[in-house]
Amino acid sequence: MTWLVPLLVLVPLLGAAVALGLLRHQKLQRAITVVVLVVALAVAATLMVLVDHHGTIVVQVGGWDAPYGISLVVDRLSALLLTVSASVLLIVLLFSIGQGLAADDGEAPVTIFYPTYLVLAAGVLDSFIAGDLFNLYVAFEMLLVASYVLITLGGSEQRVRAGTTYIVTSLIASAIFLAAIGLVYGATGTVNIAQISERVAELPEHVQLLLHTMLLIGFGIKAAVFPLAFWLPDSYPTAPAPVTAVFAGLLTKVGIYAIIRLETVIFPGPQLNTVLLVVAVLTMVVGVLGAVSQTDVKRLLSFTLISHIGFMVMGVGLGTVTGTAAAVFYTVHHIVVQTTLFLVSGLMERVGGTTSTRSLGGLLKAAPLLAALYLIPAFNLGGIPPFSGFIGKLGLFRAAAEDGSPMAYVTIAAGVVTSLLTLYALMRVWDAAFWRPKPAAEAAAPHATTAEPHAHLRSPEPAPLTVSEETGEAFHPGGSVTVTDAPHASSASRPTTGSTATVGEAPTTVRLPPMLVGVTTVAVLGSVALTVVAGPLYGYATRAAESLESPDRYVQAVLGGDR
Amino acid sequence: MTVTLVLVIAMAVLFSCGVYLLLERSLTRMLLGFLLLGNALNLLLLVMSGAAGNPPIGKSAEGITDPLPQAFALTAIVITFAVSAFLLALIHRSWQLSRADEVEVDEADAAIGRDRDEPADEDPETTTDAEQEATR
Repeated sequence: MTWLVPLLVLVPLLGAAVALGLLRHQKLQRAITVVVLVVALAVAATLMVLVDHHGTIVVQVGGWDAPYGISLVVDRLSALLLTVSASVLLIVLLFSIGQGLAADDGEAPVTIFYPTYLVLAAGVLDSFIAGDLFNLYVAFEMLLVASYVLITLGGSEQRVRAGTTYIVTSLIASAIFLAAIGLVYGATGTVNIAQISERVAELPEHVQLLLHTMLLIGFGIKAAVFPLAFWLPDSYPTAPAPVTAVFAGLLTKVGIYAIIRLETVIFPGPQLNTVLLVVAVLTMVVGVLGAVSQTDVKRLLSFTLISHIGFMVMGVGLGTVTGTAAAVFYTVHHIVVQTTLFLVSGLMERVGGTTSTRSLGGLLKAAPLLAALYLIPAFNLGGIPPFSGFIGKLGLFRAAAEDGSPMAYVTIAAGVVTSLLTLYALMRVWDAAFWRPKPAAEAAAPHATTAEPHAHLRSPEPAPLTVSEETGEAFHPGGSVTVTDAPHASSASRPTTGSTATVGEAPTTVRLPPMLVGVTTVAVLGSVALTVVAGPLYGYATRAAESLESPDRYVQAVLGGDR
Repeated sequence: MTVTLVLVIAMAVLFSCGVYLLLERSLTRMLLGFLLLGNALNLLLLVMSGAAGNPPIGKSAEGITDPLPQAFALTAIVITFAVSAFLLALIHRSWQLSRADEVEVDEADAAIGRDRDEPADEDPETTTDAEQEATR
C-alpha cells in the first residue's frame, strides 16, 4: 500500500493545476477542490489504520534508496495529524464554499482561492510525511507561499499591511531553517532525518547545541511560541474567516509537529528540555494575558491560539512518553477546536456586522443556535470536564506530575491559570456578544467607535475591494455591485470618519445561510466527538508517542529493512 | 572540511547587509534585503559542500565535487525567485493603495500608543486614489 503515500501530495497539487486551468468555471473548480480533499482524507484515514496495524510505512521516492533518494515516512504521529488536517481542510473548504454561495457576501473568495487552497493543503500534508529535512523545507515553502496569497486575498490595505508582517516573519523563519539545513549537511553530510539522527550523536556538544537551537528557532517562529509569536495576532485576524480558521488550525501545528520530530528523532536528548518548559510557561501566560486584554473576538482568539501552543510545547518539553502522548492528543484537540472557534467568529461577524465585543450584543436572541455553537467549543478550549480540552490538559498535567521536578510543577500551575484565564476571556466575549441585550451594546457603541476605529474597519472594508478587483480585472460583468459598494470602501477605509456609519450599516437581521451553519455545526459536533472517541484516540496518541520513544524505530524503518 | 575563506567573507557581508536591509521600514529595501539574504544562504550551502572539485558528471568518480548542496541551492534559488516575484506584486499593490513604500502602522498598536504621530493626514488623498483604482 506504499503507493498511497505520494498521493497525499500529488493529488492536491494536480488538483490545484486543474482548478487553476478552470478559472472561469467556478462550479467545476469547487467540485474538483472538494473531490481532491475527500480523496486526501480517505487516503489519510486508510494510512492511519494501516500504520497502526503494520507499522511505519516508508516510500523511497523514485526507487532511490534511503540515504540517496528522498524518503516519505508515515508513522502513527504523521498518520494521525494527516487525518485530522485533511478533515479540517475539508470542513473549512465547505465553509468557504457556503460563504461564497451566500449572496452579496463581502468575503466571496476570488477565483484563485481554490487552487491556492489546494497548494496549501499539499504543503501541509507534505510536511507531515517528509522524511528528509530539505523536503520538509520545500513543504514549508509550499504552504507558506500559498498562505502569503491567502492572507493578502483581495489585496485591501488592511490585508497588505498585515500580510507584510506575516510574510517578512515567515521569510526570516525560512531563512533560519535553510541555514540550519546547510549547517546540518556540513556537519553530518546528509539531510535524511533518520541518518542525521544516527550521526548527530558523534558531533561535539556545542555543534549539536547550535544546530538544535537553530532548528528550534526556525520551527518556533512557525509554531508561534512566546518570544517569536508577536507576528501572529497582528496578521491572522485580518484574513477572511475561513482562511484564518485554517491557518490557526494547521499552520502553527505544522511547526509543533516539526518540533516534536526534532525533539524525538533528530535530537532525542534532554539538551533543551528545560528551555522548552520555560518557553512553554511564558507562551501560555503571556499569550493568555494578551487574550484577556483584547476587545476584538478574532484578535482574542489569536492570542488564545498562542497561549495554547504553550501546552503542546510543555508536553514535548517533558521529554517522556506520557508527555509526548499528551502533546499529540492536545494537538489534535486544538486543531479541531481552534478552527471551529474561528469559523464561529466568522458567523458572529456575519450576524453582528463586527467582531468587536464593544459593539456586539443581543446575539443570543438574534441567533440562538450560534450561541450554542460558540459556547461548546469555548468550554472545550477552556477545559471544562466532559470535553476533550479537559482530557488533554489532564493528560499533560499528569505527565508533568510524573516528572515531578519543580519546573514541571511550575508549568502545571501556569497551565491551570492559563485555562482559567482562557475561560474568563471567552466568557467575556459570551457576556458581551450573546448575553448582553442589543440596546446596551448600542449605548456603549459610540464610545467604542471613537476609542477603537480599527475593530470595525476590518469586516466591511475588504469586501468591496475584493469584488471590484474581480469585476475590474477578471472581466466579470458585475458593475452594479461595484458601484453600490464603492461608498463603503471610501467611508470604511477612513478611520477618522467612517466608523459610526459603518456600524450603522451593519446588517442586523442577517439570516445565516444554512450551509454555513450546517458546516459549523459539523465542526462543533466533531470537536464534541473527540470526547466520545477520546479513549481510542488517546490510545493511538500513546502508541504514536511510544514509537517515538527512541529514534531507533524510525531509523530502522527508513534505513534498515527495505521492503 | 576545507572552506574557501573568500566565500565565507562574502557570505558574512551578504548576511549582514541583508539583515540590515530587512530591518528597514521601506518595502523595497526589505525586498533587497531578502534577495541578499537568499544569496547569502546559497553561498552557505555552497560552502558546506566543501572544497571545489571536478564536475560530478564525468569519467571518474575521483575528486568530484559534492553535487547535493548544488541541488539545494538550485531549489532555494527557485523559491527565492517565486517569493520575490510575489513581494514585488505586494509592493506594487501597497503603492497603489497608499502611495507609500512603507509598512503601514497597525491600528491596534496605534490605538494603544495614540500620542505617537501617525501618518493619518495623508489619508483622504490616498483613499480616493485607491477608490478610483478600484472602481475603474
